[in-house]
Amino acid sequence: MADNGIGASVRRVEDDRFLTGRGTFTDDIDRPGQSHAWIVRSPHANAKIKSIDIAKAAAAEGVLAVFTGADMAADEVGSLPCGWDITNRDGSAMKTPPHPPLAVDQARHVGDQVALVIAESRALARDAAELVAIDYEPLAAVTATAAANKPGAPQVWDEIPDNLCYDSGWGDEAATDAAFKQAAHVTTLELINSRIIPNPIEPRVAIGEYDAGNGKHTLYTTSQNPHVIRLLMGPFVLGLAEHKLRVVAPDVGGGFGSKIFHYAEEAIVTWAAKKVGRPVKWTAERSEAFVSDAHGRDHVTTAELALDRGAKFLGFRVRITANMGAYLSTFSTSVPSFFCTSVLGGVYTTPAVYAQIKAVFTNTVPVDAYRGAGRAEANYQLERVVDKAARELGIDPVELRRRNLIPSSAMPYMTPMALEYDSGDFAANMDACLKAADYAGFEQRRAAAAKQGKLRGIGLSVYVEAAGLGPSHLAGKLGAHAGLYESAEVRVHPTGSVTVFTGSHSHGQGHETTFAQVVSEQLGVPLESIEIVHGDTDLIPFGMGTFGSRSIAVGGSAIMVACDKVIAKGKKIAAHMLEAEEANIAFADGVFSDSASNQTLTLGDIALSAYVPHNYPLDSLEPGLDETAFYDPPNFTYPNGCFICEVEIDEETGAVAVVSFTAVDDFGTVINPMVVAGQVHGGVTQGIGQALLENCTYDGDSGQLTTGSYMDYTLPRADDLPTFAVEHNEIPCAHNPIGAKGCGEAGATGSTAAVINAVINALAPLGIEQLDMPATPHVVWRAMQAAKAAAAE
Amino acid sequence: MYDFTYHRPATIADAAAAFKACAEAQFLSGGQTLLPIMKQRLAKPANLIDLAGIAALRGASVDGQTVVIGATTPHADVAGAAEVRSTIPALAALAECIGDPQVRNRGTIAGSIANSDPSADYPAALLGLGATVRTDRREIAADDFFTGLFETALEEGEIITAVSFPVPKKAGYAKFPNPASRYAIVGVMAVETAAGVRIAVTGARPCVFRATSFEAALGASLSSAAALPAFPADGLNQDIHASAEYRAHLVGVMTKRAIAAAT
Repeated sequence: MADNGIGASVRRVEDDRFLTGRGTFTDDIDRPGQSHAWIVRSPHANAKIKSIDIAKAAAAEGVLAVFTGADMAADEVGSLPCGWDITNRDGSAMKTPPHPPLAVDQARHVGDQVALVIAESRALARDAAELVAIDYEPLAAVTATAAANKPGAPQVWDEIPDNLCYDSGWGDEAATDAAFKQAAHVTTLELINSRIIPNPIEPRVAIGEYDAGNGKHTLYTTSQNPHVIRLLMGPFVLGLAEHKLRVVAPDVGGGFGSKIFHYAEEAIVTWAAKKVGRPVKWTAERSEAFVSDAHGRDHVTTAELALDRGAKFLGFRVRITANMGAYLSTFSTSVPSFFCTSVLGGVYTTPAVYAQIKAVFTNTVPVDAYRGAGRAEANYQLERVVDKAARELGIDPVELRRRNLIPSSAMPYMTPMALEYDSGDFAANMDACLKAADYAGFEQRRAAAAKQGKLRGIGLSVYVEAAGLGPSHLAGKLGAHAGLYESAEVRVHPTGSVTVFTGSHSHGQGHETTFAQVVSEQLGVPLESIEIVHGDTDLIPFGMGTFGSRSIAVGGSAIMVACDKVIAKGKKIAAHMLEAEEANIAFADGVFSDSASNQTLTLGDIALSAYVPHNYPLDSLEPGLDETAFYDPPNFTYPNGCFICEVEIDEETGAVAVVSFTAVDDFGTVINPMVVAGQVHGGVTQGIGQALLENCTYDGDSGQLTTGSYMDYTLPRADDLPTFAVEHNEIPCAHNPIGAKGCGEAGATGSTAAVINAVINALAPLGIEQLDMPATPHVVWRAMQAAKAAAAE
Repeated sequence: MYDFTYHRPATIADAAAAFKACAEAQFLSGGQTLLPIMKQRLAKPANLIDLAGIAALRGASVDGQTVVIGATTPHADVAGAAEVRSTIPALAALAECIGDPQVRNRGTIAGSIANSDPSADYPAALLGLGATVRTDRREIAADDFFTGLFETALEEGEIITAVSFPVPKKAGYAKFPNPASRYAIVGVMAVETAAGVRIAVTGARPCVFRATSFEAALGASLSSAAALPAFPADGLNQDIHASAEYRAHLVGVMTKRAIAAAT
């Protein structure tokens, strides 16, 4: 292994600039002659726009232009596309309403974009925005997921009855129904997977620029996938061909999924820059982020588990209503359907699984993928219902899981949802986690806590994800409008240093370090001689970007394949230079050697020859040492693991403290254990945030977001968290060259169930069976009051 | 934020004169409430008179059995002042649990009490400890100072100069924070003085108040063994974080914890 190669906890090379304020985030970019945009947003959840009078605003100091949806429609600006079609159970297509970048005739959620003011400064634009006179006719609004599909609910779209986007079925319904008929016991659980506001530390920013000299547009934006934005916005929204559109996503301060999607503001500034003949910059205020970044989760679920007399799982059935918000965000439709249902079998041998998913429109911010998208929701409902079954049957939850885990000997394992798990030892993860968490000693800790007036509980969650998205052919079959490969170009320079152009995007993951470690390992080049370039469509090959825990498994594999091509070409060059047989040339640690003569050449020698081809096989080989690979994975990867959480509940106040959290994960080959631990810490923190703290609520009558700032929306803070114990059980992925399974989402996917199972475990002695997230002190106290009142009757 | 004219007087007299001379004027102390509201364009004073340049308004001192905190003394200074920690540790502890480090280093005692936020911590300290608010015009007992939701006895243009706290026999503060904002959902300052017990509650009603039923039950001393009556939920605040019933319950719990913490 190279000193800083695969497996080394190298310090992140990008942190120096991040920690010293020398990063280049989109808001750090100011273009010559730049103007500033302010977007007028709807204060109403649902309202007809009767008229918009821009006269006063247009005449205000420093204003360059004021635009409305009518102006964009007049320029034939298209609808923001939804990238994944879902088919209804009856075979018909889902309903896709229009999604104009600026609303036309009707605003459909608080924060919906209604008008655009462009001025010499942000302050002047905002001043003028107050002068845009909009005559609204407020209409009744629906925000609650469970209410949207009920008869008589206010309509978000007149042409979409009952607010139903789709009603789809996944899995074998007949087999699952048959399994339930045979069951000795059925456990049913109704639960809500709470709505989340993503809150990356960097709010979204977009700068549009148009060069009239060459007819080329540039968009600087806070995106996880600049090529996807170029494709969606260019040809599909603005009618711009890709060669005349450059999308740059420089340093990006976190995304958690929310910066995957193509947002209205990106199209607005790109379009407006040409209209006003000046670059146009828009920077979201934090309060705008709350009402315009796509939210996450928001499912209402009935989950049923069928068991036989031996407590073996026979069938699992869920009925989910998923909130789409007012419009379909880019990948919104795939989250509760494909991404959630594909892993509903989980780590268990359950032979029959069926899911009915209804997606509904409401007068809320659009909902889309959030760290763990779909798989987090699946794991939560499965692991919650398994715990409930254990309580009902009087079986230890560990024992119940053990009876039903897929054994490692069964790998590769075909699930009833048509996924083939390639590898994993779920029982080993659980055993290691039980040991690390001292599960056996829990009852002593519970008793000790009780003496301090604390209710202590323990909960576990075993999980598997489908990550490393994904095989393009499978995604296409399931409705995706995109391929899911990744690209990499490995450019060896004449003196042997290396630049890697990757289609993946780093917005906190540390790719500049970990990808360089992969290259260092492969090519034997020191880390400081490797540069990782991402985030600019004019520089990097077409790639899909970063989401779904895919960067190392797919993007890293693309780099690996490109490195292999470099080595293969280098062997040919070396054979020529050494007058040796190509078959006798070996490559290791940056050195090509001829086994027959023991002569050697370094990668630098080869590169110089490739660019200065004086002694070079020009008759059979092109000059240069610059290789590109597009890697399309043959299967998903399946990160898996076990989490154990312990909580203590203050019986007097209902406050829940997470006192320990233990994670044992199988991410396959780990490139940088320190970076991976950071991903687990972050993911688990978001899971703890959802489980205990993050409380996105809408007022039912007005449709106002009642948690629209940090005064009311609770993000997890350091003092809400324990010290995490993180271990790895590395079983390499069987089908990609790097052996990595991905680690970005696992923490968020597996942790919510562990936390809530621990809370329920603590409260079960009071007779409490069910709580929804977030289990805030108030929620827990009310449950305890109700349980005590019930016990007193 | 809308445009405004910034004034930075060096004396109390200059500040008062500036206020008189300016239309739509507002005093600025630490700005931890006013500036965010201005950024949200929910307040638009035409003139902002910054009191931070008046040296006489800042600092903590002890004068016999009285602790005096200058109006523009930041929370972090109160929390860290040896004079406060050795005389009224509960006051230092309260200051230490306001907001976060940034807020504690900018926010001031006068800024807090002049705002009379229903969930701010300092009002409980003043009312519980029986403090006196000193202004450029008079002295106002804490019992008379907080008059309602964001309302105080301050007159137009009146400047708080300091707050004086009599050193109690013992005192303790317990706070159940809003998980998001970390303001008090309920905060209780329990104080024992020679004249008896004072229990001041913040967060639970539109304005800080004394829990007289608890004071009666406790009598002359803070005894953790005393049985407290159930606190009524009538008229208590309710929001997405806590119902009136929950707040009523927490008034009792936090009172017991404040008594237990009292030194």
